[in-house]
Amino acid sequence: MHRYFPHTPADIKEMLDRCGVSSLDDLYGDVDSSLRLKQPYNLPQGMDETAVRRYFDHLAKKNVTIDVCFAGGGFYDHGCPAAVKSIASRSEFLTAYTPYQPEISQGTLQYIFEYQTMMSRLTGMDISNASMYDGATATAEAVLMAVASQRKRNLVLVSATLSPDVRRVVDTYANYHGVELATIPAEDGETSRAELARMLDERGKEVAGVVVPSPNYYGIIENHEGLADLCHSHKALLIVNCVASTLAVLKTPGELGADIACGDAQSLGIPLSFGGPYLGFLCATKALMRKMPGRIVGATTDSEGRRCFVLTLQAREQHIRREKATSNICSNQGLMTLWVSAYMSLVGAGGLREINEASSLMARYLLEKMTSDGRARLRYPSKPFLNEFLLETDYSVDSLIAAAIRKGGILPGIKVDDHTILMAATEMQTRHDADHLFEIAKTCV
Amino acid sequence: MNRKVYGKLIFELSREGRRGYAVPRSGLTADDVENKPTLPEGMRRSAPLNLPEVDEPTAVRHYNNMSTNNFGVDTGFYPLGSCTMKYNPKINEEMAAHSCFAGLHPSTPAFAAQGALELYWTLQKSLCEIGGMEEFTLNPFAGAQGELTGLMVIRAYHASRGEGEKRRKVIVPDSAHGTNPASAAVCGLEVVEVKSREDGTVDVADLEPLLDDSVAAIMLTNPNTLGIFEKDIPRIASLVHQAGALMYYDGANLNPLLGVARPGDMGFDVMHVNLHKTFSTPHGGGGPGSGPVGVRKGLEKFLPNPRVVRRTETPEGFPVKDTDRYAIEYSPISLGSVSATLGNFAVQARALAYILTLGSDGLMDAGKLATLNATYIKESLKDCYLLPIEGLSKHEFVFDGLRDKSTGVTTLNIAKRLLDHGYHAPTIYFPLLFHESLMIEPTETESRETLDEFIAAMRDIAREAAEDPETVKTAPHLTPVTRPDDTTAALNPILTFDNL
Repeated sequence: MHRYFPHTPADIKEMLDRCGVSSLDDLYGDVDSSLRLKQPYNLPQGMDETAVRRYFDHLAKKNVTIDVCFAGGGFYDHGCPAAVKSIASRSEFLTAYTPYQPEISQGTLQYIFEYQTMMSRLTGMDISNASMYDGATATAEAVLMAVASQRKRNLVLVSATLSPDVRRVVDTYANYHGVELATIPAEDGETSRAELARMLDERGKEVAGVVVPSPNYYGIIENHEGLADLCHSHKALLIVNCVASTLAVLKTPGELGADIACGDAQSLGIPLSFGGPYLGFLCATKALMRKMPGRIVGATTDSEGRRCFVLTLQAREQHIRREKATSNICSNQGLMTLWVSAYMSLVGAGGLREINEASSLMARYLLEKMTSDGRARLRYPSKPFLNEFLLETDYSVDSLIAAAIRKGGILPGIKVDDHTILMAATEMQTRHDADHLFEIAKTCV
Repeated sequence: MNRKVYGKLIFELSREGRRGYAVPRSGLTADDVENKPTLPEGMRRSAPLNLPEVDEPTAVRHYNNMSTNNFGVDTGFYPLGSCTMKYNPKINEEMAAHSCFAGLHPSTPAFAAQGALELYWTLQKSLCEIGGMEEFTLNPFAGAQGELTGLMVIRAYHASRGEGEKRRKVIVPDSAHGTNPASAAVCGLEVVEVKSREDGTVDVADLEPLLDDSVAAIMLTNPNTLGIFEKDIPRIASLVHQAGALMYYDGANLNPLLGVARPGDMGFDVMHVNLHKTFSTPHGGGGPGSGPVGVRKGLEKFLPNPRVVRRTETPEGFPVKDTDRYAIEYSPISLGSVSATLGNFAVQARALAYILTLGSDGLMDAGKLATLNATYIKESLKDCYLLPIEGLSKHEFVFDGLRDKSTGVTTLNIAKRLLDHGYHAPTIYFPLLFHESLMIEPTETESRETLDEFIAAMRDIAREAAEDPETVKTAPHLTPVTRPDDTTAALNPILTFDNL
């Protein structure tokens, strides 16, 4: 038998005897022979660990090695303390299920409670759920939540400056759920306040929510001052999609008067891992607590008066409400909430501020370097940004990306169109990396 | 597991001025740039950010101490029905953290990520072989999102045939997990329940009149939530297809079919699998999971964007270069996107490592051994626990509490008493077909000795229920905390440290 299966031939025989059958196949006597597999799977034979390592190494060599990442678009190459990985590898955390038995799941429940606390502080919101899959699905769930909490309102206005990757997911959820979306046009790289006001004037009674990003997809920190009042005067909820790590320095959704804050927390030290696992966060005002999708952990006491933690407000959830549930979500991103809680504990508010400052300074340096020969320029020069910006280039973006990867092992950014690239910096790059990229850009046409 | 509660919160360990990380120095200073990075006043955070201030040793001990109050598969036997808590192999963790994949940005162009895309594609194809499907997407993040994605495929299919508005009903057995109806509702579909027979299988006589041209699909697990194989599945498939509807396979219970049968061969058109169940990726305390969706031929064009495809030749008919072999595509008639990226890649990497490690030979044995383990427990305990349905069952089965109902000991009491014996509890009060459901799924990675010890503990509890019911009713007694007050938690929710 395979090394993951402890059964000896004698075990199998004696166990079959207890079961009153004579072969393993007899346990499937109720499966019609026409449905049974006629031959083994057409897959390779089992490998030993060395062979598995060789196989993965072989695949890894087919990637081009990239050491420097100036790509962002919602996912950033931030560093992470070694201790975080070690903490998240504890198998008592890693190999546990959803904490249905609180008596033997205090570890999981407690880190989720810590996570909820840290996320509510970071976003400036009253409450946080126990997390969602990623920032895009968290935003989609926020849209459904806005509609579910507003009677007879089924329209959500979404800014054109939201990440297109997030927008695609919001579109899909809204489309199948029967929620109408309308796009608030952009003006000079920002959500057009005038257009939003016009849309609210026209259809305000139908609008359940308004979704705006901060920073937006182009890296611009939009001025959302007064936006909450505008939305609330039409009884629409304000939903702010944000990048978690930037909230250490930027005005928080709570300070903006938002009703729901959502986004991706990958920027809190989660490895890029070609797309996941990441972590969606969803925070809200207390008024929306019972409309919140997903798991929520609460504090209570046990029969001996000890403080402890449980999954709570479960009357909202699918296993109780079935088709009337607020969402179909069952899981959260358990282990990733541990990851970002441990990250925030170790890095702290001071560390997060320094990381934002270092990222921002590197972004400035990169921008000034890339524009120094006049062959590239900032697309929205008058707008404030933190660590990400849109660059217009005289040369082809495709040629820059190909050359930077092949010659420098640098991913220079995300192509927006043939002559526009979205570039981001973090504390992980050096002056040399930016200089090197510029040297490569000089060769591009 | 440490039976004494640790209980401290990180906020209580915080002391002003401590820190646990040194931010890397880039060597840049403000003098190196012409325009200093400044934020306009109105855009700055004004309230100070209050995060814990702890040093590294304190943080590490804090989380490690917390972990000792947690029970995982690596701690002990975890017979949680419907959750397939099999062993999570360690080589999978090593492969998931492979340095060449861990740092890869999701926007990396395909030519530079051929290895990652090949990994993704190889897992797609492996799942096709195991599921009997034509194509798979790995994008969905969890089983529930897989269900939602699968139902979207079904709606997109009906819409492409001009029947999108007409076919808005999904038939779900009353024994189904709550996620099925919830997913249908999120997908904008109306849920129609079909009655189960006593053994939880679909009552075909009840199903037939429901099948008309308003039905989009039926969602089924097979084996069902009682672990019983749906014998009428070919007949059900034929009736559903005659009505123009599609068959959806909820892969929650795929494990016992490994090496035995494939959903595609049973007539299912769309399915999802839970990589965190059947394919051994760790549950992580509730995630991250992964819920790939497979479809039969003809439906692949509706799968969510982006898609990973393998090319053998260019559109002009020339052989494809190695650097262009695997590509990321967006189909205009796809259902849309359910994820910003290609899904939980590091989870997918673990699942592929598992499939490679087991190989065809290991996979052929896995399902049967899972069924053997479950049947062994069932047969060893049915004299003291009430087995409502006799006969063959698969990887899991359900007892309806104790045989002797006179003791007043409930399924909840039994579950809690099992914690004292050092086991995770089975799934309780699901399915809803019985009052005292106790659903046990051991998986194939448990040894006979473990099963025998568990059986002995269950018998011990049955004896104790008769001799000393109070001890069982007041369990658990040996856990870090006991009987938390759920009612107060829900009535007066305290969701952050700041409200404690």
